[in-house]
Amino acid sequence: MSGSIAAFYVIGIVLYLIATLFFGNTIRDKKSKEKQNKSGKIGFIITVLGFISHIVYFILRWIAGGHAPVSNMFEFVTFLGISVVLAFIILYLIYRIDILGLFAVPTALVLLAYASMFPTEITPLVPSLQSHWLYLHVITVSIAQGILAISFVTGIIYLLKAVDQSRRSKRTFWLELVMYAIFLVIGFVFSTVLFKALDYSASFAYIENNQSVEVEYHMPPIAGPKEGVALQENQMEPLIETPGWMQGKDAPRKFNTVIWSVIFGTIFYLIARLIMRKRVSAWIQPFLKHIKLDMLDEITYRSVAIGFPLFTLGGLIFAAIWAQIAWDRFWGWDPKEVWALITWFFYAAFLHLRLSRGWHGEKSAWLAVIGFGIIMFNIIVVNLVLAGLHSYA
Amino acid sequence: MNKLKCECGHFNPEGTILCESCGKPIEENQHLDGNDKSKLLNMRYEGSARRSLTYNRTIVDKIWNFFSSVRNGVILIVIALIASGIGTIFPQAMYIPANAPNRDPSVYYEETYGILGKIYYQLGFHELYSSWWYMILIALIGVSLVICSLDRFIPLYRALKIQKPKRHYSFLSRQRLFSETPDFSPEDKKKVVENLKNMRYKIFEQDGQVLAEKNRFSRWGPYVNHIGLIIILIAALLRMTPFMFIDDYVWVREGERKVIPSTDGQYYIENKKFHLEYYDEDDERYKEAMERMGQLVVKNYQTDVVIYKVKGETIPGQEPELEKVTEDAIRMNEPLKFDGYRLYQSGYQENEFSTMTFGIFAANDEEKSFGEFTVDLMSPEETYELENGFKVEISQYFPDYILQDGEPTTQSKFPKNPAFVFRVYPPDSDEPEVSFIGIGRNIDPTGENKYRLGITDFSTHYASGLTVRKDLTLPIFVVGAAIFMIGVIQGMYWQHRRVWINEKEGTLLLAAHTNKNWFGIKRDIEKALEGTEINMVVDQEEEDLEKVEQTATQE
Repeated sequence: MSGSIAAFYVIGIVLYLIATLFFGNTIRDKKSKEKQNKSGKIGFIITVLGFISHIVYFILRWIAGGHAPVSNMFEFVTFLGISVVLAFIILYLIYRIDILGLFAVPTALVLLAYASMFPTEITPLVPSLQSHWLYLHVITVSIAQGILAISFVTGIIYLLKAVDQSRRSKRTFWLELVMYAIFLVIGFVFSTVLFKALDYSASFAYIENNQSVEVEYHMPPIAGPKEGVALQENQMEPLIETPGWMQGKDAPRKFNTVIWSVIFGTIFYLIARLIMRKRVSAWIQPFLKHIKLDMLDEITYRSVAIGFPLFTLGGLIFAAIWAQIAWDRFWGWDPKEVWALITWFFYAAFLHLRLSRGWHGEKSAWLAVIGFGIIMFNIIVVNLVLAGLHSYA
Repeated sequence: MNKLKCECGHFNPEGTILCESCGKPIEENQHLDGNDKSKLLNMRYEGSARRSLTYNRTIVDKIWNFFSSVRNGVILIVIALIASGIGTIFPQAMYIPANAPNRDPSVYYEETYGILGKIYYQLGFHELYSSWWYMILIALIGVSLVICSLDRFIPLYRALKIQKPKRHYSFLSRQRLFSETPDFSPEDKKKVVENLKNMRYKIFEQDGQVLAEKNRFSRWGPYVNHIGLIIILIAALLRMTPFMFIDDYVWVREGERKVIPSTDGQYYIENKKFHLEYYDEDDERYKEAMERMGQLVVKNYQTDVVIYKVKGETIPGQEPELEKVTEDAIRMNEPLKFDGYRLYQSGYQENEFSTMTFGIFAANDEEKSFGEFTVDLMSPEETYELENGFKVEISQYFPDYILQDGEPTTQSKFPKNPAFVFRVYPPDSDEPEVSFIGIGRNIDPTGENKYRLGITDFSTHYASGLTVRKDLTLPIFVVGAAIFMIGVIQGMYWQHRRVWINEKEGTLLLAAHTNKNWFGIKRDIEKALEGTEINMVVDQEEEDLEKVEQTATQE
């Protein structure tokens, strides 16, 4: 990425970080009866500025590359992060809830951190991607998933507030598991930033699909490629081999990143437990005293109500039209397609259970959290483990 | 059918919970919607008589009841969801990589994924999405869609059509939003009705009793989107018939003209040229990325083609007379459409020779040349005569040479590895010298040749792989998808709102119902009541909730 594009990109991220601090400040002020306080307003304005900075990034990169920057994993995940911010801005304007910012903006930041795992250069478009449907399909899907991410955020807040923490139960266990997963994500961000700062590098050659390929690691290789050959002098010897069934592009490197994330995430989690002396979710609960549950439930529903039709349009209908033009069939049971269908089925079930069987409140919140888990599975695991037509970059 | 007569005089079908006309709860059916246990009435389907709640005697009833349950529908969806997920654990048979050592599924899965792969294959998961049980599962979801919709839509439609502005007190007072105003002024009532009218409510009035209603069409949204889904499922079924759906593949070489398969011999294709273009390595925009990838990136796959149609009837054996239909370029993302068929750029092969040029040299002096001749490998001539008197005769031609059991032979008729046995006649000589020549081979069988042949030049051509498609189901899918989207939006973004303004013994009864967004309807009523003395409706559910919360905190 050239200088000015990268600058706008980073400025946006820094602004989101600052905004998160301001949103965090809103919960300290427990006594204030008003829904909205000054700190929240400032946080929101800074978020909007960050968003504008990212829009500038998006436009500049579009001009520089000659095609919309949604054509590889870095660009797609980045755009997804920006979409989460967009969705947050829209829903904040409707409901004016500061706590939403405290959870939604970091969600976007994590996605942006995940994007940085992928090569950031502008790539030329291969023939199969040279179509206007690329923009329509990816942009609609991203915005839909961004809005669905908000339902995940409100779902989590709902559960943190509503689940009874005074005694252990299945609900506290599962909620704590979600908390642990969030720590793993923090571990991922931390390890990425740490080793980037240390400028670590190691590389291997190995055989994939009967072809010799090279992979460059930016983290010390705990897991090396299967039968990989070290290419740099004095590089660390891998402790284990990446299983052969991980078939995605650069799978060994990504698997290694997962291991580091788990290590750091678990350490952070244990430290947190030691300091808090209770479940993380139990520790957070008192901060959420003044939040109205029915408001959260309403936002969860509202974001699914907007996100689901958009997802249908972008993730299934536009996708099918494009697949028909590019690959001569509109549906081919490619893993990414199947998981898009699973996502769609899931949110369809969410809406049926809610509208027709009265699954409001906590049940709805659990479903919103699981639904976003499926979306993340489709973005992370399908690209990491399963090879398919969508495994770009 | 037994008819239930309500005190308002309306006859309701058996199983009705709330009178279709006046809404009075019908005593013996209150347990069906759980109204007997709650203060408020369950308004989900207007208390109409649903078949599934009314009959449960015959086998037909039982099947109907099974499929009309949303719970069972969701269970079917969840099963389909899990099954679909299983299908992505290992690649489906059609995605076995082309360069796999053995592409036979019975070997591939075990070889690549071990024992789990073997089980996966044996359970038939490698073709999961076309397995009978997966199809049945999808079909069951389809049946559930139809029955769920019919079970609810028909009685709901009836109830909303028959409803009257005058409602029974027990109906109004058990709505979530309700208020009573004794001693109201008729002007106020008029004003409220007027206000609602201005908010685009439709006003129905009968003997001073008023119903204001808005956006009833949004109630049909779910049924409309289900119709869209059913159309899509039907299209998927039609796709299994060859009449509606053709899928074939054709390889056509540059310069070649051949019949397009699956068109009953009616269409011919000519490949004028195939283009394979790469991005410029020095392109500033992508330089960094291409350096990292360390390889050229393809910019374009394109075949310039001419399509011909057979003119008139052709007698077998006779060369058909052809008529040009169209001349165009086929590119990835830009298929060619003609007469209901589509041609897609799907592949190419590079490794075929089109011409080879040979030189005649002195056997003892490689520098000394006696001239050249060029052989068209697709249609070689028998002899080539050079200007200086040399004559070369093709004795044998192997387009795709291979040595089998010590005998030279050809693997195919395509010039992938051409080899020749030439007879070379020097000027003014009837005694030929025999030479065998191919790629990397140059054999003088006698060892006494004075002249030597050598390949001095060659040209290659591409073969382009095109998918041939005819899919008459596409428009049906498009219609289904469009109807689905319309239905979802119609049902999701509008709300059906009703406000009843009834009078009973000098008291004004105000009640309201919406299928969602209670906040919105409350705001509407507030606006309508502005400047009047009529009491604002009370949210009776919220009242209940507050009571529950209060008792909970007291504990």
